[in-house]
Order: sequence, then structure tokens, then C-alpha cells
Amino acid sequence: MEQKIRVLVAKPGLDGHDRGAKVLARAFMDAGMEVIYTGIRRTPEQIAEVAVQEDVDVVALSCLSGAHNTLFPKVVDLLKEKGADDILVMGGGVIPEDDIPFLKEHGISEVFGPGTPLATCVDYIRSHVKKEA
Amino acid sequence: MDVKLGVLAGDTRAVARAITWVENGDPRGAEVIRGVYASTGRAYIVGLTGSPGAGKSTLVSRLAALLAARGQKVGILAVDPSSPFSGGAILGDRVRMFDVALTRDVYIRSMGTRGALGGLNRATRMAARILDAAGFDWIFVETVGAGQAEVDVHDVAYTTAVVMAPGMGDDIQAMKAGIMEIGDLFIINKADHDGADRTATQVESVLQLSMTTGWNPPVLKVSAELNTGIDNVVDTIERHHTHLVASGKLDALKIRMAKLDVLEILKARLADMMKQQLEQPAVQVELEKVASKQSDPYSLADIIFEQSWRNT
Amino acid sequence: MDDKERAETLKAATSKWQRGADKVPAGKTCKAYSDCTTSSGIDVKLLYTPEDLGEMDYMRDIGFPGEYPYTRGYQATMYRGRLWTMRQYAGFATVEESNRRYKYLLNQGQTGLSIAFDLPTQLGMDADHPLSEGEVGKVGVSVSSLADLEVLFDGIPLDQVSTSMTINAPAAVLLAMYIALARRKGISADKLNGTIQNDILKEYSARGTYIYPPAPSMRIISDIFAYCSKEAPNWNMISISGYHMREAGCTAVQEVAFTLADGIAYVDAAVKAGLDVDSFAARVSFFFDAHNNLLEEVAKFRAARRMWARIMKERFHAKNPKSLMLRFHTQTAGCTLTSQQPDNNVVRVTLQALAAVLGGTQSLHTNSRDEALSLPSEDSVRIALRTQQIIGYESGVADTVDPLAGSYFVESMTNRIEEEALKYIAKIDELGGAVKAIERGFIQQEIQNSSYQYQLEIESGKKVIVGVNKFQVENKPFKNLMHIDSALYEKRHKELAAMKSHRDAAKVEAALAQVKAVAGGDANLMPAIIDAVDAYATLGEVCDVLRSVFGEYRPDASF
Repeated sequence: MEQKIRVLVAKPGLDGHDRGAKVLARAFMDAGMEVIYTGIRRTPEQIAEVAVQEDVDVVALSCLSGAHNTLFPKVVDLLKEKGADDILVMGGGVIPEDDIPFLKEHGISEVFGPGTPLATCVDYIRSHVKKEA
Repeated sequence: MDVKLGVLAGDTRAVARAITWVENGDPRGAEVIRGVYASTGRAYIVGLTGSPGAGKSTLVSRLAALLAARGQKVGILAVDPSSPFSGGAILGDRVRMFDVALTRDVYIRSMGTRGALGGLNRATRMAARILDAAGFDWIFVETVGAGQAEVDVHDVAYTTAVVMAPGMGDDIQAMKAGIMEIGDLFIINKADHDGADRTATQVESVLQLSMTTGWNPPVLKVSAELNTGIDNVVDTIERHHTHLVASGKLDALKIRMAKLDVLEILKARLADMMKQQLEQPAVQVELEKVASKQSDPYSLADIIFEQSWRNT
Repeated sequence: MDDKERAETLKAATSKWQRGADKVPAGKTCKAYSDCTTSSGIDVKLLYTPEDLGEMDYMRDIGFPGEYPYTRGYQATMYRGRLWTMRQYAGFATVEESNRRYKYLLNQGQTGLSIAFDLPTQLGMDADHPLSEGEVGKVGVSVSSLADLEVLFDGIPLDQVSTSMTINAPAAVLLAMYIALARRKGISADKLNGTIQNDILKEYSARGTYIYPPAPSMRIISDIFAYCSKEAPNWNMISISGYHMREAGCTAVQEVAFTLADGIAYVDAAVKAGLDVDSFAARVSFFFDAHNNLLEEVAKFRAARRMWARIMKERFHAKNPKSLMLRFHTQTAGCTLTSQQPDNNVVRVTLQALAAVLGGTQSLHTNSRDEALSLPSEDSVRIALRTQQIIGYESGVADTVDPLAGSYFVESMTNRIEEEALKYIAKIDELGGAVKAIERGFIQQEIQNSSYQYQLEIESGKKVIVGVNKFQVENKPFKNLMHIDSALYEKRHKELAAMKSHRDAAKVEAALAQVKAVAGGDANLMPAIIDAVDAYATLGEVCDVLRSVFGEYRPDASF
């Protein structure tokens, strides 16, 4: 049996800045994970539905428009509705320190700001994904 | 969640989980297949292959949208190559399929090849069975096929479409030996671009040379981007389906599929068994002999093979 | 000694010196603190001498400021005549707030306004579009119709200010609103001054706020060029931007190459649409990034100026000297700002701003130290502006024109960047120009590769980023950040509904039908769009009509 970690790298919100998302996608691939990339400007509904269809272990959200407080919790809620609350949801982008407690309260397991080393994100996923025995 | 019942009820999460299990070689995947196999055989499976950049993903999303609008359930298995170095993959087909991602009754699953050659993932066959059991009317298997080796999609589908774009005509001669032979229809996408007619003519001229079987593979011009010619593709697939039924080929194909389903499982089991054998302490000594040329790989393989049979 | 003897003596002396300098004790390296390559992967040598200038000819390659090939700057007097325009791009959530701020700035003696729009506006969606939730007013002002523009510019004399609008895909609609508003105030379009960014190609390759596919987008831009060159001759109708590609991770060489290749595509499209190159080329301007490597950046600006002059002269046979001049706005590199030890960003911005000034920029935006954390606070914005003022008024670098000219290193680097960028432009020509290169994903892929490479170099410690992979400290949370009210979405909803209930629905419908008809044909789109927005058709309505004719762009992903 060979288990692969599957990650959905998703960009909710209207900003088109996908540099960070794409760099992360490549780093996850180089770490042996299977990455599904959504492209820019996706709604929380689309992201949650794709996460379920693809049976991913992780949803990595990236938003630089400032709409994270609206959009990130929505993704978490929709996953819950679909019975997929075992999926790890992490966030990144331009996110003020003050917003992090709010996001964590709303089910975002961790928030990574600009300048976070790729290895930190990779290690975080490896140590937090609940793989069934 | 009872995954087996979920699959039979067409539940998305159950379908997705079952596919994950068969992809990972999880024994629970085999259990699900045992439980649902009787409910398979109703879906029509179409393979789509072609060079990168031919516009397969956009095309497949247009096909799905059209069929969904006619009340059909559509499953898509999009296979992309995994990195041979890390084993990871970036599966980007979704980017062009978002229009249908939220359409009810369309399910899309991205798969990495995970080291398999031939353009498919080892679990693609079984993933198609799961979608079939879940009540999908159509299953599209989309894969990169650029040359002679990546023709496995033909073994999973009843109808195989080869997708090309204008300007790729020069590749046709090179493709003749492989991919040209598997196409039941040829789709020239981006027909609004320069050179579409020329590419179509080139394909037709190659086909005339290799034509034999009572079905003349049509060459269709479409634009997935502009959403034109898509209904013609569906019509042609349906015509091919009718042809397979009328000629009795479909029944033969189904037996072939069953054989390949079994073969796939046997291959996986044998590979696992042999790999385990290779890890046995006793074998290490023998391996060292091969390395130091006191023995040879064929002789050792014979020994291991015979012993495995005796053990089972 | 004749020239030949001199050259030989120099060569011998250089190589003798080099042999001495190469005697590095075992175990030591001559690259103690970095790998000594630039962002573009150009190896920097220990020492540069006249030998490195090769066949360079002063009059041919450098010349005088205000003269071809404009390497030293496009004005003879440069900053002695006037310092660069200190133009801080800023968005305020509502039109009322923005109007108050603009009036304040005008009272303080500023003559140029720079408008940042929120993302729904930039994507041609009204504020009440479902996707606008959470986005309204976040990165700039929300404008959905002429009614909003009336409030935005209330009490501001449109014939006396210059207005810069950072707007791309829906640029024609915003420009149309501005012209319609002016017309109602009795001001004709030829009295208007300002800029629209209007650079769609970089949206495909880097920034992501595109709407239509490339071909119809290029047609809209050519329509804007044709309309402005006749009706609004003082309007800067495009600002071709390398900034966003650099921010997306490309190198200095790629920034120059891709920006000028985009420029070539726009000029080409306009010429093919029947415009005389000299009728519009003087209104084409550029927008570059100022990144960390100070001297490479200075060389980049100089190389870009020289290259554009040569391109316009040799490729497009422009006759008017103004058509040959590359005028540019610069912004310091947002992507270099770190969330770790954010005060360090003040120093980064200072060096980057210095590069822009030494490179001869016409206007400059300096980033604020906290932009890696959120939209900038007022304190941080002030420090950023003060940075420019200190460079301008205290440092003395503005006193002489192009002060680094003649430096063996800077001239050699200028030549090298030009050489490397020309190779890219040749490759893009081979692919059929920038539009085709973008459609095939070439430019996106190049940017992507550079960006990943850069990140890997940081991770491996090959590239040092102070406070990030060296000299770290425990991170203290940075306070005083700016917050924007999320309730705006509801407010804008109501405003739009009220506006729509007051307008003449039949007139709107007819005007939109006219836009649709023109979009399907060959005539210039601008008059029909002006009529539509004048009847209070919304931004979203006009863009939707165009979407129905032109379709929407669907990118391939490149990694």
C-alpha cells in the first residue's frame, strides 16, 4: 500500500497574485505530494466541492486581496456541511497578525505569512495529515 | 460512512474515497470493488488523448457540460504525469474545467500516473468501475498521449478520441505507429486557428493508408474555446457506440475489459509478492552473488519465482 | 602611446593584477557574503576596467541626456528642472472617503491624483456581484457607475488635475466614465490630463485581472489608442508594466525584455489598425519595479531607455523624437518586503528608491514597511513618502544627470542587460510576438521558473535575506495595522439598487444594445461605451455585454 498526500492549492478571492500559490504547489510536488491547483478567482463553494471530489488531505488557501476573513471560514463551513471536516485547511497570503486568532477559531489550522520557508509548510503538512493506519 | 453503499448511492464523498483506496492499493478498495462490480457495465467509457496543449481539458469540460445539460451524469478521470524524481505531481487540468466543477452530476478526479508508463494510472481502470457503479452515464478518461508508448487509454475505453491542434500536423508521421492506430475519431481542436484545415487533411491522408475495420474514423473540427462543434463530437461517439453494438464488437470489448481488469490485479499482486521475496534475508545472499557475478539475474529470478509458487 | 598600445598596456596590467587578486589563501573564498550573481544570473566580476566596455562608442551608445538613444535620460536637465513626481498610489474604500482625501491632497499643493480601484472594479464586476463579497473597497475604491464617479470627483476641477487610474481590463469603461463626467461639467476630452494603465498583456502573464481573451482585448486597446489620439491628445493611454511580472518573480533582464516585447505588441497592433506611429507613441509610457540589487537596477533602467529608443526608431520608423523616449513610473519592489522585522523594510525601500532615482525615473511610489502584513497604515505611508523626500532634498543624487554613467561596471552591466534582453525579444519574435508567446504560456513559464529558482536560493541560504534566513530574531507582532469594514458590501448593494431605480431603463437598454452591436463589428467602441455609461449603465453591465461578444479568457496553468 502506498499512500500519497493529496493537497488542493486554492485561490479564493479576486486577486490574481498566484506567485506564492504556484511556488508552494511546486514545493509540494518536489516533496512527493500530489497537488491539485484550482487557478485564480475561485469561490468557497467551488473550492469545497473540488476538495471533496478529489478526496484531498489538505486544502491550502492563498489570498492576497484582504478578503480572507470572509472567504477562509466559508471554505471550512462548506467542508463541514459536506461531511469533510477531516480535511486540514491551512491559509497563507497577506494576513495581518491580528486576524490569525479569528481564522484559527474558524477552523483554519495554521496561517503562514510571506517569507515562510517552503520546508516549514511541507513539514507542517507531513506532521498534521491524519493518515489512517 | 459505508463507502460501498455510498458508491452505489452515487455519493460524491464515498466515490472519492473509494478511488483513493484503489489508487493507494488499500485492501478496502478491493472490498468496495467486490461489492459494487455487479452494478457496473452501464456507463459508456470514452478515452481522450493527445499532445499537451491540444486543449483536451477544455474540450472534455465542454463535453461534460453538454451532456449534463441533457440530464446525463458525467465522470471525468484526468490523468497527468507524476514526477519520476519525487513521485509527486501537479495536476492542473482542473484549472480549465471550473465551468463544470459545480455542475450537478459532473464529477472530476485528477490522478497522477504514479510511475506507470502508458499514460494511465494503475488504478484508472478500477476508478472507472467505481464511477460506473455510482451511476455515471458517461466516463471520460483524459490522458496525455504524445507518442507510441502512451496508448493505454485505448484499453480502458470503448471509444478513443485523439485530440490535436493546428500546427501539430508535422507530428503525425511520427505518431503513425502508435497513437494514430488507437483513434476511433480524431478531433482537430482550435479549428478557428490558422492551419486547422491543413492538419485535418494530413490526418485524413494518414488514415486512408491504415483503414480496415468497417468503421472509418472521422476527423472532426471543433473549437472547445468557442464551444463550437461539441455536439458533433457527442453524435460521433454515439454513432461509434451504435457501430460497436451492431457489429458485435462491444461484447468482445467487454470480455477484453474483464480480462484486462483481472490482468491488472494479477500484475499488482505478483509485483507485490516478488518485491516481498526480494526483501527476504535469504535472497540478500543470492543478490550479492549476482552482484559479484557468481550468479546471474535470470537464474536467481527462476529460483524466486518457483519458491513463490510453492509457498502459495 | 597610440590607442592600440594603450589598450595592450591596459590588458597586460589587468591580467597581471588579476593574477595577484586570484591568490586567495586555501580554504578562503573571494565571495565571502554572497554568490555575487545578480537577479538575472549575471556573474559579477571582482573588478571592472575600460576593457569591459569593449567596442562601446560614447556618442552611439550613451550620448547626452535628452538626445538619442536617451541612455542618460529623456530630459536635458533631468531633476534640476523638477524632481520626479512623488506619486503614492492609494485606495480608500468609498468614493466619499476618497473624495475627501483627494481634496486634502489638492489643498496641499499636489496636482496629480492616483486612483486605486478595488478588485471587483478591476474585473468589471459591480459591487453587488456575488463574487464581490469580502472584496468591496479592500484594495481600492469601489466604482460601479457614473454616479460613483460623480461623488469621487465632486468639487475637483477635472481640467486642472492629472488623474492616474490603475485600471486594465475595463480601462475603456472607466475612461469613458471620466470623459462623460467631464463632458457634463462642460470640459471636452482634449482638456483632460491623466493616465490609464490599460496594459492587458501583463495581466495574462503575471497579475491575473484579465477579462476577455487576448485578441478582443488588443482590439479594445487599439480602439482606445485611436480614440485618444484624436479626441484626448493629452491622455496617457497606456502604462506598459514590467512591475507585476517582476513581482511575480522574473529577473531584471526578463522584466526589460517582456515589458518591451509587450510594448512592441501594442505599437504593432495600433499600427496594424491604421494609426500613424507618431500620432500616439509619445503617449505610451512604462512602469517598472525597483528591486534589491542597486546597480543592476540602475543599469536596467538605462538599458530599457536605450532599447526602446532603438526599437521605435529601427523597427517602427518613428520620426518624432518624443515617440522614441521611454518615460517611466517606478514602484519599489513589494515582493522584497518581509513580514519578519518589518522596520528593515524602510531600508530596503530606501535603496530601491535610490536605484529608481539614479536610473532616471519620472515618478516614484515607495512602498510602506508593513505591506507584507496588510494594507499600509498612515504612519508607514508617511515614512515611505519621507524616504523619497530625503533622497530628493538631502542626498544630493539629483544634482547631476545620470551620475553613474561612465562607471565601468554600470556601463558594462547596461550593455549586458540589453544583450540578454534582446535575446528574449528575438525568441518572442520567433514565437510570433508577445500575444502569441503569452497564449503559448512561454512568458508565464519563464516567470514561473525564475520565481521558483529564487525561492529555492533563499531556502538553501544561497541568497541571504536579512531577518528571514539570516540574522533572525523572535518575531514581535506589528501593531497599528489598517482595517477595512466588511459591511461595505451591503452598503454598496443598497446604493446600486437606488441608482438603478432612478435611471431611464429603456435608454440603458438601447445604449447597451449599441455597445453589443459595435463590439460585433469593426467600429471604434469608445463612443458607444461613453453613451452607455452616460445613461448610467453600470461597469458590470457594459463588461457583461462585451463578455457575451468576446468571451472570457481561460488560462492554462504553468508551474
